[in-house]
Amino acid sequence: MAFISVTSPHSHRANSTAGVMQQLLLATLPGVLALFWFFGWGILVQITLSVITAVLCEAGILYLRKKPIAFYLKDYSAVVTAVLLALAIPPIAPWWIVVIGTSFAMVFAKHLYGGLGSNPFNPAMVGYAFLLISFPLQMTTWLPSEGNFGASTGVENTLQLIFSSSPADDASNYDAFSGATPLDELKTQLDLDQSTDILQQQDVFKGFIAGAGWDWVNVAFLIGGCFLIWRKIISWHIPVGFLAGLGILAAAFSLYQPAQYASPLFHWFGGGCMLGAFFIATDPVSAATSDKGRFIYGFLIGLLIYIIRTFGGYPDAVAFAVLLLNLAAPTIDYYTQPRSYGHDKPNRGTAKKDS
Amino acid sequence: MSRNTWKFHGGIHPPQNKQQSVSASIRQLPLPDKLILPLQQHIGAPGKVLVSVGDRVLKGQLLAQAKGFVSANLHAPSSGTVIDISDQPVQHPSGLPGKCIVIETDGKEQWCEIHPIDDYRQMDATQLLATINNAGIVGMGGAGFPSHVKIGTQQTISTLILNAVECEPYITSDDLLMRERAAEIIEGLQILAFILNPKEILVGIEDNKPEAIAAMRRAAQESTEANPGAPCAVTIVSVPTIYPSGGEKQIIQILTGKEVPSGGLPSDLGIVCHNTGTVHAIRNAVIEGKPLISRITTMTGNLVTDPGNIEVLLGTPVSHLLQHTRTSANQIHRLIMGGPMMGFSMRSTEIPIVKTSNCIIAADDQEFPDAPPEQPCIRCGACAEVCPAKLLPQQLFFYSKSKEIDKAKHYNLMDCIECGACSFVCPSQIPLVQYFRFGKGEVRKSKIETDKSDRARMRFEAHQERLEKEAAAKEEKRQQRAAANALKKEKQAKAKLEKEAAEAANPSTAASTAQESSNEPSNNDADEALETLKSNATKASKRYQQAKKALQMAEKNGADNIDKLREKILQLETKASDAKKALKEALPSPAKKIPAKSDATPNNTPKETDTSAVIAAATARVKVKKAQNALMAAEASDASQEVLEHLSTNLNTARTELEQHAPSEPTTGEAQ
Ligand code: SF4
Ligand code: SF4
Repeated sequence: MAFISVTSPHSHRANSTAGVMQQLLLATLPGVLALFWFFGWGILVQITLSVITAVLCEAGILYLRKKPIAFYLKDYSAVVTAVLLALAIPPIAPWWIVVIGTSFAMVFAKHLYGGLGSNPFNPAMVGYAFLLISFPLQMTTWLPSEGNFGASTGVENTLQLIFSSSPADDASNYDAFSGATPLDELKTQLDLDQSTDILQQQDVFKGFIAGAGWDWVNVAFLIGGCFLIWRKIISWHIPVGFLAGLGILAAAFSLYQPAQYASPLFHWFGGGCMLGAFFIATDPVSAATSDKGRFIYGFLIGLLIYIIRTFGGYPDAVAFAVLLLNLAAPTIDYYTQPRSYGHDKPNRGTAKKDS
Repeated sequence: MSRNTWKFHGGIHPPQNKQQSVSASIRQLPLPDKLILPLQQHIGAPGKVLVSVGDRVLKGQLLAQAKGFVSANLHAPSSGTVIDISDQPVQHPSGLPGKCIVIETDGKEQWCEIHPIDDYRQMDATQLLATINNAGIVGMGGAGFPSHVKIGTQQTISTLILNAVECEPYITSDDLLMRERAAEIIEGLQILAFILNPKEILVGIEDNKPEAIAAMRRAAQESTEANPGAPCAVTIVSVPTIYPSGGEKQIIQILTGKEVPSGGLPSDLGIVCHNTGTVHAIRNAVIEGKPLISRITTMTGNLVTDPGNIEVLLGTPVSHLLQHTRTSANQIHRLIMGGPMMGFSMRSTEIPIVKTSNCIIAADDQEFPDAPPEQPCIRCGACAEVCPAKLLPQQLFFYSKSKEIDKAKHYNLMDCIECGACSFVCPSQIPLVQYFRFGKGEVRKSKIETDKSDRARMRFEAHQERLEKEAAAKEEKRQQRAAANALKKEKQAKAKLEKEAAEAANPSTAASTAQESSNEPSNNDADEALETLKSNATKASKRYQQAKKALQMAEKNGADNIDKLREKILQLETKASDAKKALKEALPSPAKKIPAKSDATPNNTPKETDTSAVIAAATARVKVKKAQNALMAAEASDASQEVLEHLSTNLNTARTELEQHAPSEPTTGEAQ
């Protein structure tokens, strides 16, 4: 009797890449709900649009690349990219924004580099950065937060806002509803020499820490992130490094000139901080890979975010900071190889001949 | 009794599946009709066969003798007749058959003469070591490294470790052995301690084997009480259950906190580590005088109706085991020798049990379903988290797959112990270990390639040396000839002088004749020398052109063994300078000898001859330099081996020719 030969190990832990991705999606739920509560139906529409676009793009490209479509679609990675991008887009952004952004992410940032596992940049953030540069107005216009799952704007209104606009329209038709985010506002006001204390009194900042609604959204993503760490989907190194980098700079500056610089809490719970720390920066494909490397990677992202937020031209900076560090990840990997068993010290740098 | 233990990095907790095979005690099977004994059951060289087909052999008789230091003896597990010595299917990852001695058993179980040792403490360590060596004992935990090599270490051993961890799921052979024969294992440890003289003996057992721990503690206690003078006591350490704590490097780290240096051996740390079965076999070899002819093998898997541990003769075909454990062989989806983490799937049920077969798992497709197709690595790092060698499997995977061997080595591929923990956890179901085995194979291959070209270089050097010696011998002969010639000519010259003296009556004629006789031949000789040198020079330059062309070809084809070529260059350089030296030595000799002669022939200093010799020498020197330059140019541009070999022979011949001419000049000068 003859059997086929298979190499060891012969047993496997029952986990799968699809499972990892599904848990990731599950973990975004609190954040999605919070966004829904504060900013209305828009976020759900955006997610739906984005997921549909992503799946279609993925299927189309897999077809062109002559790969088994169902097998790769089942890894859920396209859905994850789509959801993460949708979460970062203003809920009332016109439909074509998210469609363009998602297609760009899937085609250029993912498949042109060889698909899942081979992309050097986080696809969702490539899509986001592309949109932010191309359509700055639509990408920075948020509804003021309201609560009640968008009851006041209503489903119809939201749909109309999203679908009535074409790229040719100017933004005037949703001016009536729109407003800037607290981070935007903070930047503008600080540029006008307002002090942070006074700003805290204003409407847009009336949340408990970092502006109406935003603090809760961040808390929700933080909860989702903790779930991921607990489920061992992500390790703590990147988020902790991220928050530490951001917090240390924020603390240093706000201690030095409290009136000029916002507190670490404001930075932690403002904008896309928690989403970035737990969901975006942790994308394993484009991040550094050893534990030490991941901490450094997260830490540097945190530092960059503070610098861009405070001194740069964009109010929020998660996307750019993450993309920049994606670029640096291989280098970080070279210098953070762990010390292997039986070695006195870790190997550093790139491979040398005969090393 | 509780002792500090250390942790190793990572590790996993696969389902244990040990309970199936621990309920029954160790049992024996009826004697199989046929025993198939592969010559290679260990790491190292296969043994030399001592029997031939048709021979009757006795139980315990030596069948094959260890060849070389890392090798092991092989004995007949039962009495019978050798019916075949040929290639048979064996358990080897390559799936290739291996040479086996096949014995048809006669059922008599007739032992050959054995020599039990009553009191091993009366023997010296070398004798005991020889006994263990003769018994053909190898590491029975899986690797099969000849035990006497480990025990015979020249290093001072401070710690003797018994690796009784048995961390692989399913396997319980060591567990049962400890439960039932603890005293014998302790005795084996005392023998080893007697040989190695360590300061401590540590026994590491995973805490999922409480019965074994209890049995071993009891036996250790009794042994200490029975021999108060024993060199050192045995400490039983219960270690946490985590895979792969039974890896040699891991158990050493757990028990001592030390790490075996990469590429080193445990003995570098003063540690020797043995597996339970091995120690038991050592005890049997010394106390009972019995060689290694049987072992305990776990038969398990959900197709086995009577799972358990079996004391099985080496060479028993697995089919025999399946039959006697009532296994539904036709449902087998995967048949594994070893554990589920590191074992190999077998291709046939006719494969025999060997010294390292600790477990056979007969599984259906429920128990070990086929792995789903591999997905891309998402760099999640789960693999790095569990790697006991603290490697980055995701990087190793990437570089092994793309065959970037240097990079894989830089990420310490060779430190991978192939434990399979990374594959076990990988969510993308990547068979990482398979890639690493492949990568390691590539590294070894490139090393073999280097070794090969090293050998080629050595051959080449030897060849060069021979050529040089031949040239030197020729040179010596020529010099002898030249000396004889010179003597002859001197005599002639003297005779001539005497004649001249006799013809003193007409001195002017005599002088003119002398002058003529001295000038003419020397001029002729010098011309001839110049001619040859010139032709030599053209020859050399022609060769240079040829070499250049060959070199260009070589460059086009991409000669790649730069390092070796460089060495060759060095070698050839020295040779070239040797040639130069030889020439130099040849040059001053006429200058020295000529004045000596000119005393004898007053007013007749053969100035022209002298200058012509100098010219000839200069031309020769230029020629040598040219040849040398040609060679050096060829060498510097990494010509292929063939081209260089060709060039160097050219140089040698050229040099020989040159030397032939250089010493011939003095003779011309001496002709006066
Ligand atoms: S566990 Fe698998 S998917 Fe994750 S990093 Fe390792 S090889 Fe890649
Ligand atoms: S097989 Fe090698 S790389 Fe994988 S966990 Fe074991 S030692 Fe590490």
